[in-house]
Amino acid sequence: MNLALKDIRHNLGRFVLTTIGVGMLLMVVMGMAGIYRGVVEDATLLIDRIGTDLWVVQHDTRGPFAEVSRVPASLVHRVRAVPGVRDSREFVYHTIQRERDGKPFRMAVLGLSWPSDKGDWVPLIAGRPLAQNHFEMIADVSLGVRLDERLSFGKETYRVVGITRNMISSGGDGIAFFTVVDAEAIQFDSSGEAVRLERAARKGRGERSEIGTKQPSLVEQAAKPSGELPAIARPQISAVMVQVAPGTSVEQVAATISGWSDVSVHTRSEQAEFLLKGSVDKARRQLGLFRVLLTLIAAIIMALILYTLTLEKIHSIALLQLIGARKPVILGLILQQALMLGFGGYAIAYLLGQRLFPLFPRRVIVTGDDLLQLAVIVLAISFASSVLGIWKALLVKPNEALS
Amino acid sequence: MNESPAIEAIDLTKVYGSGNTEVVAMRNASMTVRRGEVVALLGPSGSGKSTFLTAVGLINPPTSGRIRIGGHLVLDGPLAQANLTAFRRQHVGFVFQKSNLIPFLNARENVQIALELNDSSPRAARQRALELLEELGVRDRSENLPSMLSGGQQQRVAVARALANQPSILLADEPTAALDSGNGRQVMELFARLAHEHGTGVIVVTHDQRALSVFDTIYEMEDGILNLQPKEAVV
Repeated sequence: MNLALKDIRHNLGRFVLTTIGVGMLLMVVMGMAGIYRGVVEDATLLIDRIGTDLWVVQHDTRGPFAEVSRVPASLVHRVRAVPGVRDSREFVYHTIQRERDGKPFRMAVLGLSWPSDKGDWVPLIAGRPLAQNHFEMIADVSLGVRLDERLSFGKETYRVVGITRNMISSGGDGIAFFTVVDAEAIQFDSSGEAVRLERAARKGRGERSEIGTKQPSLVEQAAKPSGELPAIARPQISAVMVQVAPGTSVEQVAATISGWSDVSVHTRSEQAEFLLKGSVDKARRQLGLFRVLLTLIAAIIMALILYTLTLEKIHSIALLQLIGARKPVILGLILQQALMLGFGGYAIAYLLGQRLFPLFPRRVIVTGDDLLQLAVIVLAISFASSVLGIWKALLVKPNEALS
Repeated sequence: MNESPAIEAIDLTKVYGSGNTEVVAMRNASMTVRRGEVVALLGPSGSGKSTFLTAVGLINPPTSGRIRIGGHLVLDGPLAQANLTAFRRQHVGFVFQKSNLIPFLNARENVQIALELNDSSPRAARQRALELLEELGVRDRSENLPSMLSGGQQQRVAVARALANQPSILLADEPTAALDSGNGRQVMELFARLAHEHGTGVIVVTHDQRALSVFDTIYEMEDGILNLQPKEAVV
């Protein structure tokens, strides 16, 4: 006869409520690990998906994901000329926050190097890759946009032609893919007044200079839109992505480019490491500490519950001893209840988590390893929390049944 | 009736405390109970009845004296001569005034657990438990929790549990105190009948003078001294 089950049956409502409470606590513990996994996955997902061999960024920076990087667009051509480079592409990446339906609308803007990169590598759940150089975008489903929806950024309107899932920036914002030109247009969009003021200032500087006085036509030229001026460079890009030719050593190409004094070069794994050892590492430690605290709280709560359950059974325990129950029978009663509470809570945590985690604003990824680890933790805290109850039960004497 | 002793308590003395705080709760108490004999133990509160009962029940060993159960020397003074828990499980049954039953087990399970603790298989234990409940007239309440049973029914279940392992001796501490006179008398008669049928020695601590006629032997305890009383003089 299983005394633990019989006692639970007798106090079923309370035991179920307690188990649900412990389960919700364990769900948060489980969620903490899942949030960390999600942060890591989000941080490295883009780097892994893009799959480029080398990243050429602004000198002495660890961009474009870990910090801001600015390099000239012409760097693409310089890099392409390096022996062993099969392909080089522009990479534009920045985060914007606008307003949509009266709510903040944040997204990471990623520029694709049209026409060599149309976003064919982007995993779509609906729609298609980009088919033209302008006014099309691929958006992550987390941004809440629909296929064929039209969104305005700056002075232009972009049509959603493709939808992705789980394409998230390290900051947790959904990624939208544009061509590099459109991504730059969104980034450097200025109001008409700002453009007019900038042109007037340019003209004013020209008129005050000697060359402007001697050659008035130059001042007139300088007052034109910046795009029509040959002397003004194209907007800078975030980085250059490098694909190394088959059979060529990535390190060798990286060594060549790192010899240039105006840029730095990083491998794919270095990029991932920058992210994981930077802001993600702090999040990991913070979440880890919360997890330890919650685990301790769960253990303390379980211990108190089991101790209370044991106190309520003191007379029954004494009676069992009186009729000849061996100590393992008494210990088994408490330990089994601890394990039922622990693993009942664990099952509730898992089932609740399966339903609630997808509703979280950031991804919560619970892996098999995490589940196993938590199961071991639950086993340990079930044993630990039963110690108090077992200690109390061992102090009970059979003659207490007579009182 | 089998004349070999179910229990022999020889010169039991129990002393609590020491020095100035020493209290002698029981002094040289001796009692022999034959198999099938029903013994009443009378006495005022604090006279040492419960001390005697817990000593012979192997719960609270005496300071000195010896206890033999079923012919085996179990306690020689405070020293155990056997595994007391195992011996208690196999040879001693208990019935108390109240709170006799485990509240989270139903009537059948309360009897069954005593059998399972003594290594009966669950199936055999269940069958035996139902037979005992039938014998005690509470078979129809076998699936009821103790809270759903009357006081008399609870005592019958407790008696069934106490007899489950066919003990040499059954100890009852004021088993009718919480019952009305009708039920109290029935329980006492039950002890007598079962003792004779099962060959179990029974010691009942009681204040209930109305049911003394069912007992074979009557002892009285006063100030820790145990005295045999002539039945005719008491009843």
